[in-house]
Amino acid sequence: MTTDVDKHNLEKRRAHIKKRYKAERRFRSFGIAAVSFGLLCVVILFTDIIGKGMGAFRQTYVQMEMTFDANTLGITDANDQAQVKGANFGGLVKKNLRDAYPQYKTRKDKKALYGIVSSEIGLILRDDLLANPEKLGTTETIWLLADDDIDMHYKYALGTDKQVGRISELQKNIVDELHAAGKVEKRFNRLFFTNAASREPELAGIKGALMGSFLTLIVTLILSFPIGIATAIYLEEFAPKNKITDFIEVNINNLAAVPSIIFGLLGLAIFINFFGVPRSVPLVGGLVLALMTLPTIIISSRAAIKAVPPSIREAAYGMGASKMQTVTHHVLPLAMPGMLTGTIIGMAQALGETAPLLMIGMVAFIVDVPSSITDSATVLPVQIFLWADSPERAFIERTSAAIMVLLAFLIVMNSFAVWLRKKLERRW
Amino acid sequence: MTTYTFFAVFLLLAFASYHFGRLRSVQLSKEVGGVRKLAALPNYYGMLSVLWAVIPSLIFLALWTMFDETFFNRAAMSALPESVAQLSPDKLTLLMNKISIAAKEGVGVSTLQEELLPAFNEYQSLYQQYGAIKPFLVLLLLVVGALFSLRFISVKYNARTSVERITNILLLVSSCIAVITTVGIVFSVLFESFRFFQKIPLTEFIFGTHWNPQIAIRADQVAADGSFGAIPLFTGTLLISAIALIIAVPVGLMSAIYLSEYASKSVRNWIKPILEILAGVPTVVYGFFAALTVAPFIKDAGSLLGLEVASASALAAGLVMGIMIIPFVSSLSDDVINAVPQSLRDGSYGLGATQSETIRKVIIPAALPGIVGGVLLAASRAIGETMIVVMAAGLAANLTANPLEAVTTVTVQIKTLLVGDQEFDSAKTLAAFALGLVLFLVTLCLNFIALHVVKKYREQYD
Repeated sequence: MTTDVDKHNLEKRRAHIKKRYKAERRFRSFGIAAVSFGLLCVVILFTDIIGKGMGAFRQTYVQMEMTFDANTLGITDANDQAQVKGANFGGLVKKNLRDAYPQYKTRKDKKALYGIVSSEIGLILRDDLLANPEKLGTTETIWLLADDDIDMHYKYALGTDKQVGRISELQKNIVDELHAAGKVEKRFNRLFFTNAASREPELAGIKGALMGSFLTLIVTLILSFPIGIATAIYLEEFAPKNKITDFIEVNINNLAAVPSIIFGLLGLAIFINFFGVPRSVPLVGGLVLALMTLPTIIISSRAAIKAVPPSIREAAYGMGASKMQTVTHHVLPLAMPGMLTGTIIGMAQALGETAPLLMIGMVAFIVDVPSSITDSATVLPVQIFLWADSPERAFIERTSAAIMVLLAFLIVMNSFAVWLRKKLERRW
Repeated sequence: MTTYTFFAVFLLLAFASYHFGRLRSVQLSKEVGGVRKLAALPNYYGMLSVLWAVIPSLIFLALWTMFDETFFNRAAMSALPESVAQLSPDKLTLLMNKISIAAKEGVGVSTLQEELLPAFNEYQSLYQQYGAIKPFLVLLLLVVGALFSLRFISVKYNARTSVERITNILLLVSSCIAVITTVGIVFSVLFESFRFFQKIPLTEFIFGTHWNPQIAIRADQVAADGSFGAIPLFTGTLLISAIALIIAVPVGLMSAIYLSEYASKSVRNWIKPILEILAGVPTVVYGFFAALTVAPFIKDAGSLLGLEVASASALAAGLVMGIMIIPFVSSLSDDVINAVPQSLRDGSYGLGATQSETIRKVIIPAALPGIVGGVLLAASRAIGETMIVVMAAGLAANLTANPLEAVTTVTVQIKTLLVGDQEFDSAKTLAAFALGLVLFLVTLCLNFIALHVVKKYREQYD
């Protein structure tokens, strides 16, 4: 009788334990699922961006016979710069295209024909002739930048029925012909790195945005690094423990979590409207981003100073050093790796920041590469935002490519920070 | 004098003042028996000279740069004829802007009207005169400061304490910048919001359910009267943030638990940095991802199921925002889970609990305040996030709780109202600052509570 009860209990217990183990396994698989979801997101995000953007690093070129005909250009002397600058290069390109494809006679067909090469190709030819005046009147075989729609078609839909971008049947036929003759090819897209923004996707590049980002970050660094470190030193080493110090600390912690767009409002209301700093220049962008990155730098610098053991300070005091000497000669050099790490991470944040810069007018369409902190400029993330809004398919590709460049910079900066920490930071 | 030469000369003179300050102390010490007799090391005398030279001249430069425009404007305005001077303040400001740009950069001089020319000439001559003497005055002040410091250097004078005192003040001033920033934020949003609420009553803004900020910019323009009821924006923000938190909190929390309690050290060392990548990706990249990949995907998936999905659905923006804050939740949870003392785990195991039971019944309750704090911080992040919603959420205010429809958020509206043509007096522009005020207050409260909760909790186990 009793054995039956025991057996029954035992079975009940076994079943219970089984249930508990099952719950254990379930819980564990939830954990694995969560981690996998996170990893999957990383993978999807990166493959999506890279898949969309890889194409932009190569650009389609078409080969053509180009006669620098003085009559069509309407010039007499290629050594006369003013003449060449005012010459009709657009007409020259059209004439050469017509000569190459005499079979297309109607207006519509001709228009489609002209659409094969970039609409700004005349400017490139002009620069070519300015550099080599002896080419006037000669004929040579050159590779011309293809229009973005041709580029998209050649990259993604050649030989298929897919319709990519605004390309006509006639243009498709021309591309097929050119392809069969080996007169169209993809080359490394140098212009993407040497041009500033443009309305024509095939000419649009990131140099202007990169320079803008660089200048903005310089301003940010010059302002936030010394101020951040000074604040950290003051709060860790000199500040008396009182209400004022507490207030400053609370302020810094709160600033770290204020939405970035609010900093944009600050920049607009205070820097631009009150102090009259010009809009959309790296100076004002750098000022806003400096205020934004300050908390990051301060918090990590304080952690670095805290990590310096008190024995170092006591030894310095023992040798008769003053408080300031102790800090500048001993604590600061020892905490510097940590401070630099924090600063680099702060700079990486600033590099990726977009929202506050929209508020202070760094969204303008700027064709020139900025050369000083008071030139109108845009930055890389804002350029990405602007391009993402453009309807042309070619811009999607370029946006993804610009994102890849941005991410590459961020990865380099963050890895450098990690490397620096590993290399220089001392464990006490 | 160009900016670059100015700064080169400035640096050169600053360096020279260091040299002479040092030299002076060494020379003085010769009469009394060498450097040993000085009250401080010679370097400190050099540094003192630099501080005396640089600080007053920099302050002078900053003040001058801040106020010269106001001065030029005043002078130029007095040269304006009666008819122009009596225009409304807005139009006058616009005119003055035109004049100042023309005077500084030579742009659009030919477009200026006849009656503005005297003011333009006045502005230009002042700008050129003062612009020419400004660098020389700054450099002069630098030299004067350096000479002054050389005069009072003596053998008995302890330069080190002076230098340290000045440095200490400089450190204090830098640490006040954080406070000044906060004050600046509060004032900038508060001041403009105040002007907004003079035009639009506060109750309409907070309780109104209709948001349509299109109002006539010119007086003769035909346009509907703007309505500024912000309820649809608040609900839109809450909807998207809620979707984001529904994704991020379970995933972030579970990954933190798995990585800190189950995973081996090598797995953790690999997976953690990979997940952290999500935190380092700029928000504009997420916006692009949401608008061009996730939103079309959701739309297609919806139409497969026979659902009507807006192309800028709240779900897409919320989902991607959730992905963005996963590492945020997981690293904050990780911190608090690791802060739970090992003895609690050991006690639970000793009673025969399985690992998951220990986690659910012991660790999570012990870490709960910290986790709640982390979730609140994540919520404040989600509410303040701009780029994802600007690129992937809608523009039209839509009072709905359906995640498949397009909604707009506070941040989207701030961006939309402020980018492009602005006139600083219209309710449309000022509304952005009122929304900014709301956003600032809400995130401030969330952060404050979160930091308080986290801090309070940390004290328990430390």
